[in-house]
Amino acid sequence: MVKSTTKDAQDLFHSLRSAYVATPTNLKIIDLYVCFAVFTALIQVAYMALVGSFPFNSFLSGVLSCIGTAVLAVCLRIQVNKENKEFKDLAPERAFADFVLCNLVLHLVIINFLG
Amino acid sequence: MGGKSEPAKSESMATTTTSPDLINSSFFSFKSLKLKTKQQELLLRIAILGLVYILAFIARLFSVLRYESMIHEFDPYFNYRTTLFLTEKGFYEFWNWFDSESWYPLGRIIGGTLYPGLMVTAALIYWALRFLRFFVHIREVCVLTAPFFASNTTLVAYFFGKEIWDTGAGLVAAVLIAICPGYISRSVAGSYDNEAVAIFALLLTFYLFVKAVNTGSLAWALGSAFGYFYMVSAWGGYVFIINLVPLYVLVLLITGRYSMRLYIAYNCMYILGMLLAMQIRFVGFQHVQSGEHMGAMGVFLLMQVFYFLDWVKYQLNDTKLFQTFLRITVTSAILVGGIALGVGTASGYISPWTGRFYSLLDPTYAKDHIPIIASVSEHQPTAWSSFMFDYHILLFLFPAGLYFCFKRLSDATIFIVMYGLTSLYFAGVMVRLILVATPAVCLISAIAVSATVKNLTSLLRTKQKVSQTGSTKGAGSSKASSKVTLDQSQPFQKNGAIALLVGVFYLLSRYAIHCTWVTSEAYSSPSIVLAARGAHGNRILFDDYREAYYWLRQNTPTDAKIMSWWDYGYQITAMGNRTVIVDNNTWNNTHIATVGRAMSSNEDEAYEIMRSLDVNYVLVVFGGVTGYSSDDINKFLWMVRIGGGVFPVIKEPDYLVNGEFRVDKGASPKMLNCLMYKLCYYRFGELTTEYGKPPGYDRARGGEIGNKDIKLEHLEEAYTTSNWIVRIYRVKPPTNRL
Repeated sequence: MVKSTTKDAQDLFHSLRSAYVATPTNLKIIDLYVCFAVFTALIQVAYMALVGSFPFNSFLSGVLSCIGTAVLAVCLRIQVNKENKEFKDLAPERAFADFVLCNLVLHLVIINFLG
Repeated sequence: MGGKSEPAKSESMATTTTSPDLINSSFFSFKSLKLKTKQQELLLRIAILGLVYILAFIARLFSVLRYESMIHEFDPYFNYRTTLFLTEKGFYEFWNWFDSESWYPLGRIIGGTLYPGLMVTAALIYWALRFLRFFVHIREVCVLTAPFFASNTTLVAYFFGKEIWDTGAGLVAAVLIAICPGYISRSVAGSYDNEAVAIFALLLTFYLFVKAVNTGSLAWALGSAFGYFYMVSAWGGYVFIINLVPLYVLVLLITGRYSMRLYIAYNCMYILGMLLAMQIRFVGFQHVQSGEHMGAMGVFLLMQVFYFLDWVKYQLNDTKLFQTFLRITVTSAILVGGIALGVGTASGYISPWTGRFYSLLDPTYAKDHIPIIASVSEHQPTAWSSFMFDYHILLFLFPAGLYFCFKRLSDATIFIVMYGLTSLYFAGVMVRLILVATPAVCLISAIAVSATVKNLTSLLRTKQKVSQTGSTKGAGSSKASSKVTLDQSQPFQKNGAIALLVGVFYLLSRYAIHCTWVTSEAYSSPSIVLAARGAHGNRILFDDYREAYYWLRQNTPTDAKIMSWWDYGYQITAMGNRTVIVDNNTWNNTHIATVGRAMSSNEDEAYEIMRSLDVNYVLVVFGGVTGYSSDDINKFLWMVRIGGGVFPVIKEPDYLVNGEFRVDKGASPKMLNCLMYKLCYYRFGELTTEYGKPPGYDRARGGEIGNKDIKLEHLEEAYTTSNWIVRIYRVKPPTNRL
C-alpha cells in the first residue's frame, strides 16, 4: 500500500514535470514571480513568529502585499494563457495594463497602511 | 430588442416596434425626427431614466415641504455634528477627534469609532458646490444627501437589472426602487443616516462584482473592491457583503460553475477590498481577526486549492493519477483549514460573532443577554403587516421573479436569488433590515414584470403581423408562421393578452399610489417636530424638543453637564451644545446602567449618583399633556431592565403591580417615589389636561396619576416647554453643613 502510494507520487511528480516543461516561457516567468512572492511572504511570517507581531499593521501590509501581488500575477497568467478559451479575445496588453493598475492600487494602499 | 416598460407615474404608454408600418400609424411620429429604431429606443430609455431619477428625488421631499429643511430623528444629529466639524476643521482634525462633550467623564474617540463615508461624502459635495460658487449651508447638503443618493441607486439598479436580465428589467427595477417604501423609510430628505449612502454602495458593489464575474476582467473586479471600500466606510452592514459574496462563490463551486472569471473576480475583490477596508480605523484588523469575516478567508483559500487542482488536472492527462492527487490534496486542505480555525477560535485569537450579528442568527439571544440591543424598536422581528406596508405588490412578484430566475440560470441570476433569499431571511428577523432586502426584492420583481410583459406583448405583436398580411420581417417571424395555426385556433389569445396587460398596468399604478400614500403618511415625519390636528382641523406643531435644546444652549453655563436617557444625547450635543452623560452610541453599558439606576432610584440615592457624575441638569421627556406616547415613562421599564442588568439592587418586579405597569393610585410605592416619576409628574397634579377629567389626568397612559403632591428636595425645576413635552431640572448644590 505504501509502495503503491510512493510509486503513485513518483509518477505524479514525473508527469507534472514533463508537462510543465512544455509551457511557454512567458507563463514560466509569471510562475517564477508568483513563487518569489509567496516565498517572501513565508519569510515574513517566519520573522513574525520569531520577533512577535507588533506593529501588526506593518506585518499585515507586508504579507498582504506579497499575497496580493502573487494573486494578481496568477490572474494575469490566466488572462494571458493562450490555451484559456474564455479569454481568447482579450488582448494581452489589456491584461497587462489591468495588472499594472491593480498593483498600483495595491501598493498605494500598502504604503498608507505601513504606518 | 425594446421590451415594453412602464414608468409608473407617466400618463401615456409609448410602444416601440420593429415594423415600419406601425411607426407611421403610432401616436407620436418619430419619422419627423429622422431617427432609426435603435436611436429611438435609446432616447426612450434615457428619457425614462431621467424621469425616474427626478421622481426618486422629489418623492422624498414631503417633510421638507411640510415642515422645513431640518435633520430628522436622533442618529442623524450626530452625523450632522461630525460633518460640521469636518467642514470647519478639516480632515486631519476629524480623523483624530477625541470628543470630551459626550459620555462625561469618559469622553469618546470619535475619529476611531465612526464610519466616515457619509460625512466625507457630504463634505465633498459641500466643497464641490462651494467651488462652483454655490454658497449653501452644510445643513442643506446634509438634508438632501439621502434623496440624491437614492436617485443614484435607481441608476445602479438599472445597470444591475440590465446585467442580470435585460434592459427592460433594468428599467422596471429602476422605477420600482425609486418609490419602494422599504427604501424610502430610511432615505427621506432629512434622514441623514448611514443607510442613505450605504444602500447605494451596497448595490454598486454587487453590480460591479457580478459584472466582474460575467466578464472576468480585472478592471471590474478592482471597481468592485472600491465599491466595497465605500461600503465599509459607510455602514456596519458591510458584514453582509463580506459574507454573502463568499457564500455565493461557495454555491457556484458546489454547483460546478467554477470558472477562471470567478477566480479573477473574487480574488482581486477580496485582497484589494480587505486591504482598503482595513484603512478605516473603526474596522481595523477585523478582517483577519473576527469570526464574522473568516468565511471570506476560508473561501479565498478554497479558491486557491480549486485553481491549483484545476491546473494540475490540466497538466496531467491521466485521470487515475489525478484522482489520487485530488483525494490527498482535498483531505489535507480541509484538515489544515479545520485545525487552523479550531486553534484560532479556541485560543481566542479569532473573536466570536459579536452580539449585534449573533442575534441575527439566534433571535432570542439579545432579549436574554443584551437588553440594550433588545430595547431598540427597530431590532424587533418583523410583522407581516410591515412586509405588506413596505413592499405591496412586490411581495407576490418576488416568487414569480424567482421562478423566472430559475428558468434561466446563470452566474448572475444565481447571485440575485441568493441575495434575495438571504436578505429576506434577515428582514424577517429584524425590522430595520427590510431596507437591505429592498433592492433584491425590487430587482427580482422587475424580472417578473419585465418577462411577463415581454411575453404578452410578443403575443400581441405576432397577432398584428398576421393581420397585416404584409412583410414578415422582424423578430419572431418564424415563430409567427408557426403560431399562425395556433392563433387561428385560439382567437381570444389577443384579447387575453390585452386584458392581462391592462391588469399589469393596474397593479403597477396601485403600487405607485400606495407608495406615495405611505411616504406621505408614515415616513415623512421628522420625529423632532410633532404635528397634530386641532379642533377645527388646522395643523398644530409641537416644536418642544428644539425649544428645550435652545433653552439649554442659551441659559446654561457652557460647561454644564446634562443627564438624560441615551435617546436624546446626540440631539442635546448637536443643538444644545452641552456635555451629556450618555448618548445614542451606547458603547458603554455600565454608564447607561448608572443613569438608568439614577432614574429608577428615589431622590436621595439618585442625588448621590448625580453628584458623582457632576450632573448639573436633568432632562426628561413627558407626554402626559399632549398624549405623546414615546416619552420617558413609557420607556421607563427599559431603564429598569438595563440598570438592573448591571446593578442587581434594581429589580423590575418592584416597579410592577401583579406584572402590570401602572402610574395611578395602585402603582407600586417604588414606582411612585422614583426620580423619573417625580420629575415627569412634578406640578402635573394641578393641571387639567382634558375636559371632564380630573386634574392630573395622564393622556398618554389614560389614567389619573397616583402621587399628585410631589416635593423635590435636591432638584428644582429649570424649564418646562410650552406643551410640557420636555422638562429640565437643575441639580442643587449640597446644602451647607451647619
